[in-house]
Amino acid sequence: MASVDPAGFQQLKEQQYLHDQITVPAELQSNVLVTTLDKAYNWSRRSSMWPLLFGLACCAIEMIATAASRYDLSRFGMEVMRPSPRQSDLMIVSGTVTKKMVPAIVRIYNQMAEPRYVLSMGACATGGGPFKEGYNVVSGIDKYLPVDVYVPGCPPTPEALIFGLMKLHEKVERQSIAKVAWYRKESSGFVPVPILGPDIFDPRQIQLIRENTLGEGAASRSSGGGEVRVMPELLSDDVKQNLEAIRTRYLAKMKQPA
Amino acid sequence: MSDAVAEAPVADAAAAEIDASLPYNNAVPGAVLGRWAEESDGGLIVAADKLIPLMTHLRDKEEYDFLSSVTCVDYSKYGGKLRAGVSERFDTVYHLYSTSKGGGHVKLHVRVPENDTVPSATAVYPGANLQECEVYDLFGINFEGHPNLRRVLLWDGFNGHPMRKDWHEAYYDEDAKPFKSRHPAKGYEFHEDKLPWGKNTTYPEGWDPEDWREPITYVPVSQAPGHDELGELDTESIVVNLGPHHPSTHGVFRMIARIEGETILALEPEMGYLHRNHEKIGERNTWLMNMPYTDRLDYINSMSNNLGLALAVEKLMDIEVPERASYIRIIMAEFTRVINHLWSIGFILNDLGALQTPALYAIEEREMILDLFEEVSGARLMCNYMRFGGVVRDLTPNWIKRALYLVHERLPHTLDELDRLLSGNEIVKARGKGVGYLSPQDLIALSISGPMIRAAGIPYDIRKVDPYCIYDRFEFDVPTLPDGDIYARYYIRLLEARESLKILRQALRDIPGGEVQGLPAFASATIEAGFGTIMGGRGGYSFRPPEGEVYQRIEAPKGELGYFLVSDNKANPYRYHVRAPSYINLNGLGPMSVGYKIADAIVILGAIDIVLGEVDR
Ligand code: SF4
Repeated sequence: MASVDPAGFQQLKEQQYLHDQITVPAELQSNVLVTTLDKAYNWSRRSSMWPLLFGLACCAIEMIATAASRYDLSRFGMEVMRPSPRQSDLMIVSGTVTKKMVPAIVRIYNQMAEPRYVLSMGACATGGGPFKEGYNVVSGIDKYLPVDVYVPGCPPTPEALIFGLMKLHEKVERQSIAKVAWYRKESSGFVPVPILGPDIFDPRQIQLIRENTLGEGAASRSSGGGEVRVMPELLSDDVKQNLEAIRTRYLAKMKQPA
Repeated sequence: MSDAVAEAPVADAAAAEIDASLPYNNAVPGAVLGRWAEESDGGLIVAADKLIPLMTHLRDKEEYDFLSSVTCVDYSKYGGKLRAGVSERFDTVYHLYSTSKGGGHVKLHVRVPENDTVPSATAVYPGANLQECEVYDLFGINFEGHPNLRRVLLWDGFNGHPMRKDWHEAYYDEDAKPFKSRHPAKGYEFHEDKLPWGKNTTYPEGWDPEDWREPITYVPVSQAPGHDELGELDTESIVVNLGPHHPSTHGVFRMIARIEGETILALEPEMGYLHRNHEKIGERNTWLMNMPYTDRLDYINSMSNNLGLALAVEKLMDIEVPERASYIRIIMAEFTRVINHLWSIGFILNDLGALQTPALYAIEEREMILDLFEEVSGARLMCNYMRFGGVVRDLTPNWIKRALYLVHERLPHTLDELDRLLSGNEIVKARGKGVGYLSPQDLIALSISGPMIRAAGIPYDIRKVDPYCIYDRFEFDVPTLPDGDIYARYYIRLLEARESLKILRQALRDIPGGEVQGLPAFASATIEAGFGTIMGGRGGYSFRPPEGEVYQRIEAPKGELGYFLVSDNKANPYRYHVRAPSYINLNGLGPMSVGYKIADAIVILGAIDIVLGEVDR
């Protein structure tokens, strides 16, 4: 019996793959691996993480170079760039996010199915980069979307991007199916889509903006006190209600028989 | 009412003293009012109401058939002496060239008081279309008679016209860099922390976001009159939107097409999704700080963008460039052209549906060239290699050998291979021949430049007709093809890449030794030599070119790349405008696509070869 085992099998079994509480019939010992669901789930997600085919600016050129023959992203099971957000797991925000573009990006993000990840590639996507002061430039995609990995550089070299992707893989491997947000009932990754007004505004901040444009705050706005900063998570009641209504409508629709 | 009254005496005065010594005043009486400055390079001040007759005359009688650039300067904060006593706030500037005569330009200035309008040049040069939209968008100048004046780079409802000198954005700090708040000795503050919402936005006082309704941004895609001529097979026409996120738009670009069946009746480009405020930031930067920004214009060809700016500032300041530096510049610019053409061939094929494989073949050699760039400049993509007066550092010892190997062995082989695989390919021919045709006259009228017009049989290459740098020393041909369709646009790039190799061979053979930097002070961008001077406001970072304005164009791989600079003898440019070939070539997208299928529009766009960094700037 022991002769069937490959060398080091016992050790492997003890280390990770076989659960010591489970007995496997002798004739199957070499054919069956018992592991945790998390490991299998994460391993498969990590090994075929399809990015969205989505280039914004100069960084996208380096992203293409990463996917091309020299750096060969297919070593990581990532060469299948999907043009449709529905089929992709990872959004690589590769370039400058402009105000005119950000509603589209948020919409695309909302269309991606969970589990989804966002990698912010380059200085622009991370914090505005060289164009930060520009009137049409968003100072970092994390002002609107949750970001998993930041890759610095202008542009990051393909090596740097690959390093960032490997960091993302590590993150995926640490997740547990029991705890991830997207299987929870109450979770919703929906991000309200920013609106193009006289300048772009985030629906989550409507209350705050009103205070500043209409209320007494209008005067203090230009004085620019650092303390008044409000985190975007603080939704106004209106927005909360609105989101709630959207969610209820959505759930009701889902329950209807086809 | 007051307008009419105020204008009458001015017009009378102009009519009274027509100066016959000024050019064209005999042909179009009263058109030219004077010169921009005494020592001017031919900038003529034109009466607004005579602009169209003068342009017609120049186009029809003087062969100035190519409107290269239209832009505007807001002189409200001008600090120089040349504009003393001029009350009009804006000045629209036109550069005209001749594709048949070659040579230099005729430059027209029209002075525009605030809230006044200018006649639209589209009546004479349809190519003014997009550029006038841009001026309207960024400066708020109204062009009377423009068929479709709209905000192209920003959106409808945006507050103000950002390129005006008195318009400030949320993160505004100072008018010129380096900002005092960034002084190393002072504590650093994040802009985000100064605004309550932590974002780069401002809102007008009294504005209520709850009442805000987004204006319906209607990009007119007119219904063609031929609707019912189709007879019994009549279908209803619908509007199809492609982009801004679409795999074949080469970035964030949007096309709105009206189609009937699959045939395109009308198509409008919509851009601005990558508008990064290059010019606004550029006018705050010191002259040298703009160099790395030019890398990010056409981010496939950073070296030739560098070259354009370097030449423009050198022209403004009269700087001599050492021999060796000029050779190095030409070598870099031509390598860039090879990269660009390989890239665009690959992606034209991608758009034709040959997903990835040809593109992978085409950009394989690109990596080899990028290695060479990385070795001299330290960066693969954003080289930031040229300086005013030369290049930043000399070639590394084995560089020329490696370049020779590439130029003699690998690149010709790659080009031959692509030629063999693609040029005879049945599908490339079927999809390319006769598709996207536009006549040479239309192309010129639409201000289209670069490989696009050479593929329509016009041998117009700035390296030949208006030589810059030291291009006149090399022997090379300007290939042309007669067809003006997609196939020709694909094939011309292959031919041009071969010509580039020819230039490269000569340059690599003849390159002399010596200095690479004519004015070392302007290159002191090293940490040791430069950083102190950045903050202290002296030295290489903050030299002051003499007052004046300059327009320098080069033959970039995508077409005519021009830099228009106005200096008021300060450490930063007063006006910094980029005439981006990709942007202006898009003038042709609509006319070229009409009548073809929607799938052809994708390839037509691909064959224009745009880069969004340059389209939107
Ligand atoms: S980080 Fe640099 S390379 Fe990347 S998009 Fe921004 S400017 Fe371009």
